[in-house]
Amino acid sequence: MHRILTYWTAALLFILAPVCLHAADFVSEQRFGDENEIILTYPAAIDKTVAQNPARYTVFEEADPDIRLEIQKIDVSDDGRKVSLLFKESLNTAKTHVVSVRGDDGREIEGIQVKKSYLGYLLSILISALLVNNFVFTKYLGLCVFFGTSKRKTTAKGMGVVFTIVMVVSALMSWFFYQFILIPYDLNFLQIVVFIGLVSLTVQAVDTILRKVNPILFNSFGVFLVLVIANCVIIAVPLIMASNNYNFAETFMLSLGAGGGFLLALYLMSSVRERLDLANIPPTFKGLPIAFIVAGQFAMAFLGFSGLQLF
Amino acid sequence: MANDKTSMQLISRGILSENPIFKLALSMCPAVGISTTVINGLMLGVAVLFVQVFSSVTISLFKNKIHPRIRIPTYTLTIATWVTVIDLALAAYLPDAYARMGIFVKLIVAFAIITMRLEMFACKESVNDSFWDGLGMGLGFMVGMVVIGFVRELLGSGAIFGYDVLGFKPLLFFILPSAGFFVVGLMMAFFNWIELAYKRTKGKI
Repeated sequence: MHRILTYWTAALLFILAPVCLHAADFVSEQRFGDENEIILTYPAAIDKTVAQNPARYTVFEEADPDIRLEIQKIDVSDDGRKVSLLFKESLNTAKTHVVSVRGDDGREIEGIQVKKSYLGYLLSILISALLVNNFVFTKYLGLCVFFGTSKRKTTAKGMGVVFTIVMVVSALMSWFFYQFILIPYDLNFLQIVVFIGLVSLTVQAVDTILRKVNPILFNSFGVFLVLVIANCVIIAVPLIMASNNYNFAETFMLSLGAGGGFLLALYLMSSVRERLDLANIPPTFKGLPIAFIVAGQFAMAFLGFSGLQLF
Repeated sequence: MANDKTSMQLISRGILSENPIFKLALSMCPAVGISTTVINGLMLGVAVLFVQVFSSVTISLFKNKIHPRIRIPTYTLTIATWVTVIDLALAAYLPDAYARMGIFVKLIVAFAIITMRLEMFACKESVNDSFWDGLGMGLGFMVGMVVIGFVRELLGSGAIFGYDVLGFKPLLFFILPSAGFFVVGLMMAFFNWIELAYKRTKGKI
């Protein structure tokens, strides 16, 4: 009994030892600062001249360790606990970075991982698809349906909701097909055919299911389903997913953001167009021309979101 | 079902009276998105022309074999096949232009104009007429893209086909992406104005 306990203690010590060592004499916190900055926080004050020696630090992205990132400047805070590394080029903060620091005694402390929280990264995909890269106003996709169904608020809402549902379902199905059939069998050239087929299939399935399960909802939303097929946003999402090689959660966030962005754009536009009906517009601008001009103004307003970073 | 129009009439219909961009207001996404230069507009126009003509001919060839209930999926898959052909061809032979056009080449598959022509024309008419109709519609789209690209490039960067012709940049705003909406809207209004003025001189209003 006693011996088993000793073994366990020894094993536990063995496992915990590296952790304790790291915590004892090394960086207590690491995070990204500005777009070209990594901030390291030490538990106790360290010597300024030592900390400011750029030769002590090696930094690279986890994916390609051969490419060392060049440090331009090193700032140390007044209390000597915070060291901020400023890089020549801005960092891709979506990727995990690895920082190694050589100590005074020549020992090298390997691999401090600097990364954003994954949830924050997922939310940033959502926000980006929703506002910063809104599919209608900054990527100019889905315009036929956008101008066709934004005349009334109720229509716009119905279209947006149906659209989001179909988009999420078809994007996730496309992800499965892409990951488990197209990539393993090297059939990447069939992307377009497979994705458009899946989208049509989803629309048909939603149509059939909705007709049986909830006829009232079908009567109000059914007409939009046909329009969904002829829309480029719905095929753009799987294509973007494939070219960025997104995983399941990222694909979900992208499709949700794209659908939500489309809903937002439709609702904004329909609110304006309901008022345009009452306005006194020159006859040459009636109908589509004025709608295009309004959309142009929205697009310029959405430019204001560019560079937005919440997480 | 015989078609009483000659090939020239079919082409001119696609370019003028039923122009996909300005009259039918279909397939607007690329017209707004990538028409910043004449070359971009021309390249995408050629791609659409290719897909439209070949899809029309394919559907027209097989129109008696396609069961009416599955015609829409058949159209979609036919278009998707030809889009894949042009997509791979452009990526192989013109990589620069392909990179500029980005995702829009692949998105030709979702262009309403192509499906509409298959549904309204190619599934009923002869192969020959479908060819000319497809050519007309494709040319109409190409002309629309080139006209928008011409206006935006001339006003935005003072150049045509990349060659500096004005020597200055009159309205830099037009080269910004969001200006696509304004240019298309203003041009539609312009065509409406011509039409209204024409009707007024004829005394119809």
